Amino acid sequence: MGRTLAEKVWDDHVVRHADGEPDLLYIDLHLIHEVTSPQAFDGLRMNGRPVRRLDLTIATEDHNTPTLDIDKPIADPVSRTQLETLRKNCAEFGVRLHPLGDVEQGVVHVVGPQLGLTQPGMTVVCGDSHTSTHGAFGALAFGIGTSQVEHVLATQTLPLAPFKTMAITVDGELPAGVTAKDLILTIITKIGTGGGQGYVIEYRGSAIEKLSMEARMTICNMSIEAGARAGMIAPDQTTFDYLEGRDHAPKGEDWDAAVAYWKTLKTDEDAVFDTEVVIDAAALSPFVTWGTNPGQGAPLSAIVPDPASFADPSDRMAAEKALEYMALSAGTPLREVKVDTVFLGSCTNGRIEDLRAAAAVVEGRQVADGVRMLVVPGSVRVALQAVEEGLDKVFKAAGAEWRHAGCSMCLGMNPDQLAPGERSASTSNRNFEGRQGKGGRTHLVSPQVAAATAVLGHLASPADLTAESGLEA
Amino acid sequence: MEAFTTHTGRAVPLRRSNADTDQIIPAHWLKKVTRNGFEDGLFEAWRKDPSFVLNQPERKGATVLVAGPDFGTGSSREHAVWALQNYGFKAVISSRFADIFRGNSLKNGLLTVILPQETVEQLWKLTEADPTAEITVDLESREVRAAGITAPFELDDNARWRLLNGLDDISLTLGNEADISAYEAKRPSFKPRTLHV
Ligand code: SF4
Repeated sequence: MGRTLAEKVWDDHVVRHADGEPDLLYIDLHLIHEVTSPQAFDGLRMNGRPVRRLDLTIATEDHNTPTLDIDKPIADPVSRTQLETLRKNCAEFGVRLHPLGDVEQGVVHVVGPQLGLTQPGMTVVCGDSHTSTHGAFGALAFGIGTSQVEHVLATQTLPLAPFKTMAITVDGELPAGVTAKDLILTIITKIGTGGGQGYVIEYRGSAIEKLSMEARMTICNMSIEAGARAGMIAPDQTTFDYLEGRDHAPKGEDWDAAVAYWKTLKTDEDAVFDTEVVIDAAALSPFVTWGTNPGQGAPLSAIVPDPASFADPSDRMAAEKALEYMALSAGTPLREVKVDTVFLGSCTNGRIEDLRAAAAVVEGRQVADGVRMLVVPGSVRVALQAVEEGLDKVFKAAGAEWRHAGCSMCLGMNPDQLAPGERSASTSNRNFEGRQGKGGRTHLVSPQVAAATAVLGHLASPADLTAESGLEA
Repeated sequence: MEAFTTHTGRAVPLRRSNADTDQIIPAHWLKKVTRNGFEDGLFEAWRKDPSFVLNQPERKGATVLVAGPDFGTGSSREHAVWALQNYGFKAVISSRFADIFRGNSLKNGLLTVILPQETVEQLWKLTEADPTAEITVDLESREVRAAGITAPFELDDNARWRLLNGLDDISLTLGNEADISAYEAKRPSFKPRTLHV
């Protein structure tokens, strides 16, 4: 019987198989950041163990880094200690590190692909759940906990329990103005935050094949929000074109050998998935969340749902609690929900394409009175590219704040946070209670919706902009 | 890792689904560089509400958390497991756990037990009616027991064996050094390296 893409990559990495035990898998790339690594390095030290493969390990600083005054010492002493701990650990063990101020610094999941380190057919891990992002290249990439970080540092392998396979096939053409973010938010609402649990999802179909690498990363990034172990997309010419010439992409003969191998990385015709979901791209529209988990979403044109409309009692209770926390009442059109803050950034939507899309919407317009818009590029490289294209000027002219690269308000470990009761439209991936700051309320949106929302002050899509500015004129 | 064989203790009924890792331990606690001292961060935001179940005096010293479905969704932060353990929990029961959280819990000796939602409801009712009611989580016989309730649970043999013996994964893996080296010897040359040599 044929094998799926995920099964092929798995099989190619089995170091040891024994019945009744988890397979021991080899790890091709280990990404490190400051939050989930200190206790792992401590463990190595305590046991006198070295890092087995320094040449397959790379670190950057992202979660705690400030997005203003990056040349000054970090004000929060606890954040500073965590960054200093990473620097000390990397120096002691010999791990390559891109610290704050370095040109390759940025959100770990933006940095790996842009360096060309993430390639098809690899196993990629990081002590961060959004490692699923790298699956966009046809890699098997997943988030791990700190004990596993230590395990990979010491052995370059991981014992892993088998997974189930799910195909999500998206055929047809996405309507104009509908993005990868709208697609993945729709998928999560459809299958639920536990719907992908135990599965590696493969996104396929003609709509997926047409997507850029940036858009594919947005989709795979949020696989974890559907509960999946990982998300993958088979590599194709789009993938090869993205990689060719990048710093760590194979060169010369190695390139040819690599591409020949990468071309074998697709699900066989006769392979069978454990579950299949089919989505019609043409039926999609801009999609936003109204609740406190990423599965509580609806089309922008819809109303805040009535908790009583949920058949499942635990869904109903969750919706009640969510509306209370979000201070929303059932029946309110989502377009009427006013926001205080717009956050454009994160490993979901902080890449150059996202910045371009948002800039195109705000260009020649102004951020609404009383709304602050934060633009945080996913990495220094993304920021430099944006500056080269003049996007920073577009954002500043519109009244948005142009910041330094990092995770920033995606999780508010640095000073970029919502105040209690403040409401944001955010291009990040989690709308959990307090995620962006204690008492903060988050609506997850695409970059285009974020930009239109910033201009109008309420949840909106670029299409509303022309309609409403027509009235103003 | 601490070994887990069997544990009996009072319970905290947490009637919430999707208790995500940001609720279990908020991000600002993640700046700590140790594995302990997270107990005050556990469910920090919810604990501000005096009526929250964990704040009830009769729940003091409880060691078994009985939660709604999709417990531990969200981030990979192992701090969520440490916070539960630092607070004193030995086991968590739910009908569904997020994968990474469950993996992390079993690596630290916090037993996560999957039971059908009906059984979770029974346990909720039991411990809500009688806060002194005890729940036994028996890993040897793979069974949860409480007054009027006996519920078997599944856990694969290998994970169970490692928990029962408190075995450290890294030492076990390093025992397979020959396999790892053999695999490394045949990795293709086109695979990327982070260090230019
Ligand atoms: S941008 Fe957000 S989701 Fe991505 S790694 Fe940073 S904190 Fe995590």
